[in-house]
Amino acid sequence: MTVGAWEAFSLVVHRELCLSFRRPEQLFQPLVFFLIVTTLFPLGLSLQLSALRDIAPGVLWVAALLSSLLSLDSLFKSDADDGTLEQLVLSGQGLTLIVVAKTCAHWLVTGLALVIASPIVATALGIPTSAFATMMLSLALGTLTLSWLGAIGAGLTIGLRRGNVLLSLIVLPLATPLLIFGAAATDRAISETSTAGAVYFLAALCVFTCTLAPWAATAALRITLE
Amino acid sequence: MWTWFYKLASPPYVYGVAAAFVPWLLGFAALAIGYGLVAGLGIAPADYQQGEAFRMIYVHVPSALLSLTVYTVMAVASGIALIWRIKVGHAVAAASAPIGASFAILALVTGSLWGKPMWGTYWAWDPRLTSELILLFLYVGVMSLRSAFEDPLRGDRAAALLAVVGVVNVPIVHFSVVWWNSLHQGATIVRIGAPKMPGSMLWPLLSMWLGFMLFYGAVLCMRLQAEVLNRERQASWVREAIK
Amino acid sequence: MTNDFWSMGGYARYVWPCYGIAGAVLAWNWWAARRYVAAAKLRAARALAMASSEAR
Repeated sequence: MTVGAWEAFSLVVHRELCLSFRRPEQLFQPLVFFLIVTTLFPLGLSLQLSALRDIAPGVLWVAALLSSLLSLDSLFKSDADDGTLEQLVLSGQGLTLIVVAKTCAHWLVTGLALVIASPIVATALGIPTSAFATMMLSLALGTLTLSWLGAIGAGLTIGLRRGNVLLSLIVLPLATPLLIFGAAATDRAISETSTAGAVYFLAALCVFTCTLAPWAATAALRITLE
Repeated sequence: MWTWFYKLASPPYVYGVAAAFVPWLLGFAALAIGYGLVAGLGIAPADYQQGEAFRMIYVHVPSALLSLTVYTVMAVASGIALIWRIKVGHAVAAASAPIGASFAILALVTGSLWGKPMWGTYWAWDPRLTSELILLFLYVGVMSLRSAFEDPLRGDRAAALLAVVGVVNVPIVHFSVVWWNSLHQGATIVRIGAPKMPGSMLWPLLSMWLGFMLFYGAVLCMRLQAEVLNRERQASWVREAIK
Repeated sequence: MTNDFWSMGGYARYVWPCYGIAGAVLAWNWWAARRYVAAAKLRAARALAMASSEAR
């Protein structure tokens, strides 16, 4: 029975979401990690909100990056472990479509969750509410880009020993522009200067990555699986 | 001309050509570097602003340029290997990576030594040093990925993909870091950079750059022989080649 | 070679280590490559020897 492209896409997304929600603890782990990492900074530096506000955008973004990295391992790993990934490759639907579906589902469950949780963390770091809109927008764009960079990295490191460490080693240098522009956007929102430049560049990065990364991630999967 | 290109896809041919090139490349490299050293250390006048310290440019700039060039060569070779399935491309990429990484480290160390008298500190998050550092991380990532696979061909192909993805990112990273640095520029910092250079200062620099490039070519050819051998151990031409 | 040259206008302790490290990196590259080629040839010779002894 042939399945249309949109149907295949939504089936895979639906499956991923079901699997994720079946184990709600796994959904919360990156969020908790996000909170813990953010807590470490005031403990290590200063408890004064005024002092924290200066470094808050950077801290927020680094914490978001690291939390996203944690969850990237699961993008392909469990499916690779039980053979589902090979079945998906053999299914006759384009592998790219499946990769897009899995990555979108992954972002919905991790990146979007981070974006929604960010106001809580932002308040803890002393970021004023006026900056929230820009912060959440930049985080949304950034985490989406990161999910794609991570998809390439995850595709390359499936099944490797210490794959997790290698994944971070590969993805973090590629993610530095995200960090720079995301933190800058939030910082400018706090100081109430124009955020347009930073946000536009972040959006450009996002579009660029979302366009090219699917092919790279599919190629990565083919390399590791065949 | 295209026959020459096709021949390069053949491991035994590449092995032979590389072996033949090494002494020539080394010789010319020695000449270029020799002239660069003599002219740079002895003949070029001291800089108005930076004094004799500016002479560090003669190793810092060539090594930084090399680290970028080598990464590009690595990425291009990787791309060729992935698209046309030419294994020699993987050999070139694998041979280039450690050389490029060592040049990146050299650029960082010389940059740091240059920074101390100029900025008063061994490290500053100046855009070019920061981009160079990220480039080093990219090199380490490619090398680690290649060695993490048990199947060498799979490792080659994974590292190749990463190299290609990385090369796309290098300009993006550089631009981001420059932009970020312009936000945070402190008081006037003497730029680690080429002062406006008269010929007597410029020629040694170009010569050192050329010398480093030729040296890279020589070491690449040496390592390439080894990489080709490692990938072709069972082939019949190897018996003759290693006598 | 005057004293001026060696002292590099007072920056000697930056300039000379700089060149020294550069020389060391170049030397390491050449030396490591030679070692690598020798090891590769040795491995290839061993692989050939094993293959031919198995063929008998």
